[in-house]
Amino acid sequence: MKRWGVPVALAAAALLTSAAPAPLSVNDRVITAPGLPKKLSEFGFFSGPGVARPSPVLTAYSLNTPLFSDYAEKQRFIYLPAGARVSADSTGRLAFPVGSALIKTFGYGTGADFRPIETRVLLRRAGGWEALPYVWNADLSDADLKVAGTRLPVTVTRPDGQSIAISYAVPNKNQCKECHSSAGEVVPIGPLAANLNIAPASAKPFRARIDWAGKPNLGDGPVWNDPATGSLDARARAYLMVNCAHCHNPQGSASNSGLFLSYSAASDRAATGIYKRPVAAGRGSGGRDFAIAPGHPDQSIMIYRMASTEPGVAMPEVGRSMVHEEGVALIRQWISALPQD
Amino acid sequence: MKRKFAGLASLVAMAMATPLAAKDIAVAPGDGAQERLQEALILAQPGDVVILGEGRFDLTDGLSLDVAGVTVKGAGPDKSVLSFARQMAAGEGLLVTSDNVVLRDFAVEDSKGDAIKSKGADNIVYHNIRVEWTGGPKETNGAYGIYPVESENVLIDSVLVIGASDAGIYVGQSRNIVVRDSVARFNVAGIEIENSFNADVHDNVATKNTGGILVFDLPNLPQQGGHNVRVFDNVVVENDTPNFAPKGNIVASVPAGTGVMVMANRDIEIFDNVFEGNGSSNIMIIGYRQKFEDAKYQPMVRNVRISDNAHGKTGFAPKFAGGDMLAAAFGGSVPPIIWDGVGGAEAQVFCSDEVPVLNLGMTKSDQPIETAQPSLAKLMGDAAPRLPKIVMPEAMEAAIR
Repeated sequence: MKRWGVPVALAAAALLTSAAPAPLSVNDRVITAPGLPKKLSEFGFFSGPGVARPSPVLTAYSLNTPLFSDYAEKQRFIYLPAGARVSADSTGRLAFPVGSALIKTFGYGTGADFRPIETRVLLRRAGGWEALPYVWNADLSDADLKVAGTRLPVTVTRPDGQSIAISYAVPNKNQCKECHSSAGEVVPIGPLAANLNIAPASAKPFRARIDWAGKPNLGDGPVWNDPATGSLDARARAYLMVNCAHCHNPQGSASNSGLFLSYSAASDRAATGIYKRPVAAGRGSGGRDFAIAPGHPDQSIMIYRMASTEPGVAMPEVGRSMVHEEGVALIRQWISALPQD
Repeated sequence: MKRKFAGLASLVAMAMATPLAAKDIAVAPGDGAQERLQEALILAQPGDVVILGEGRFDLTDGLSLDVAGVTVKGAGPDKSVLSFARQMAAGEGLLVTSDNVVLRDFAVEDSKGDAIKSKGADNIVYHNIRVEWTGGPKETNGAYGIYPVESENVLIDSVLVIGASDAGIYVGQSRNIVVRDSVARFNVAGIEIENSFNADVHDNVATKNTGGILVFDLPNLPQQGGHNVRVFDNVVVENDTPNFAPKGNIVASVPAGTGVMVMANRDIEIFDNVFEGNGSSNIMIIGYRQKFEDAKYQPMVRNVRISDNAHGKTGFAPKFAGGDMLAAAFGGSVPPIIWDGVGGAEAQVFCSDEVPVLNLGMTKSDQPIETAQPSLAKLMGDAAPRLPKIVMPEAMEAAIR
């Protein structure tokens, strides 16, 4: 089942509703001008209500392996200004031109029941990326900029059917950067070509706008929870890449930890956590000696921190208040299978 | 915000805005403090001063500052209190990721993780700050009190840190560092300089910690090869709190009753300090004792100069493996200075203090203590300090004058 189904279906439904007003056109000046737009509607990304009826110039996408965010549903879109082109480096990382935007809405419920909570935008401006969080108002007529973030009570239904009341945290502007930071600059996390999954109808025109430095490789990365898409090792690495490596890389927010979970660090086994002792973990060590103790998930700090919701222990540090049980299970299975010295 | 003058005039005004338009942004405690204070820290412009009002800020999430050149100033370390007792997320109380920031005159209490962390934040000043875990020393306290990392030019002046489950004042992977006139008590490590270059630690009081002052270097980190650290004019007394660090962390291996411990560093000077009542030893010079995989890492200590320290009662309650045996062998207490002996004469560990020195006679840093060949030693050589004084950029000193 392709995860791009929801937004595409919504867009299609919108087009079929003849009484609906014409979709807004995206306001390029609001994306590129300096300043912090107070309302999401200023961009013209959605006709509404809420995120219903996205502008037809947006390209919906999902990620083969996504970042866990308290089981929130995410609807993602790419906006490219008319005529603009994307370049992909040899690793498949996409570089977007000035005027582009990445739009990600977090909410709960599927299909027609989807209710948005917040929409985060990454705006590619002349000076770099700007990350801004917008929180939807009660009647979904618009979303307001919340640079300082906020907390909202939300009831989440987990995959096992259990409902849990949480304090959902909308990140503040700095927290956006904590995860989206590379050498002090804001960068997108998700859009590695291999992790990008675009609906067939829009994939072709989108791909036609990419200039590849190497061999085109769009949309064939492993899906973390689908064994048909990759080996246990490949899926675990993909999970860690998306959920951890945005901070845990030599240029990221966790550079000082020496724990690097990006694909490019995989050759140095201590850097990837194998038999690596904690540095500044404090009680995050859970009394365990190594980030990853091969064969022993219960002796691995990584599992202790992924399975915790306590601030000061929990990893990632922001963006979740629940444990991603299925993700922890995957990493447990992977650590169990790693060869011991 | 209105932008009426879109032409050259506004560009000129913007370019000059830093010194001219600098403003005070006052934030009071009370309802909505989290969002109000965080918003002020986000919207501040370079040169602005965020002024914390008097009282207790009851915070629910970590705070962060990412704007260069901002000062955060309270009414005093007992008057403006950022309380994180009800913190629900984030790895620290306050995180600073921008350069040229001054933090002064406030307190951070009961953060769930580290209290104040500054990462990649050059030219940072911490002045007249109190960090405290108010329940006393506990394993569940946050790891570091004041925690600059990956930064150049770090000035920590007149701070007080109480109760950190790792290090009260911890400077990691940084260069050009001064820690002075500060007090650390009831932490596992009072003051720790780790994987850092060029540091002066002076005129501090380290007491009631597990270990007073640590100078460490660890493997598998982006910056390693710690060197050029001077520890002088400090009062390092009665560090006798049992080690309460969570297991797995390197400081969990520090024996209670340690004054100064140097591990895996080179060019270290320890002089003019006052030691008293440290039950394990006053000065311990040892290599990294754990197994590691890192071809670039140097586990042994080299080039240490120890001089003119005052040594009071010490070594009467050694809390390290083999300590009781050593105490029995050396007349009831362990000598005040202990060196693992690795590298022999080539290590150039020199001491002119008029007290007994114990050479453990090890040949490898990770050698089991049971196979050591301990003996009293004279560490003859030029022990006089000769490293240059660490100087901060003048603007940093001016900020707290």
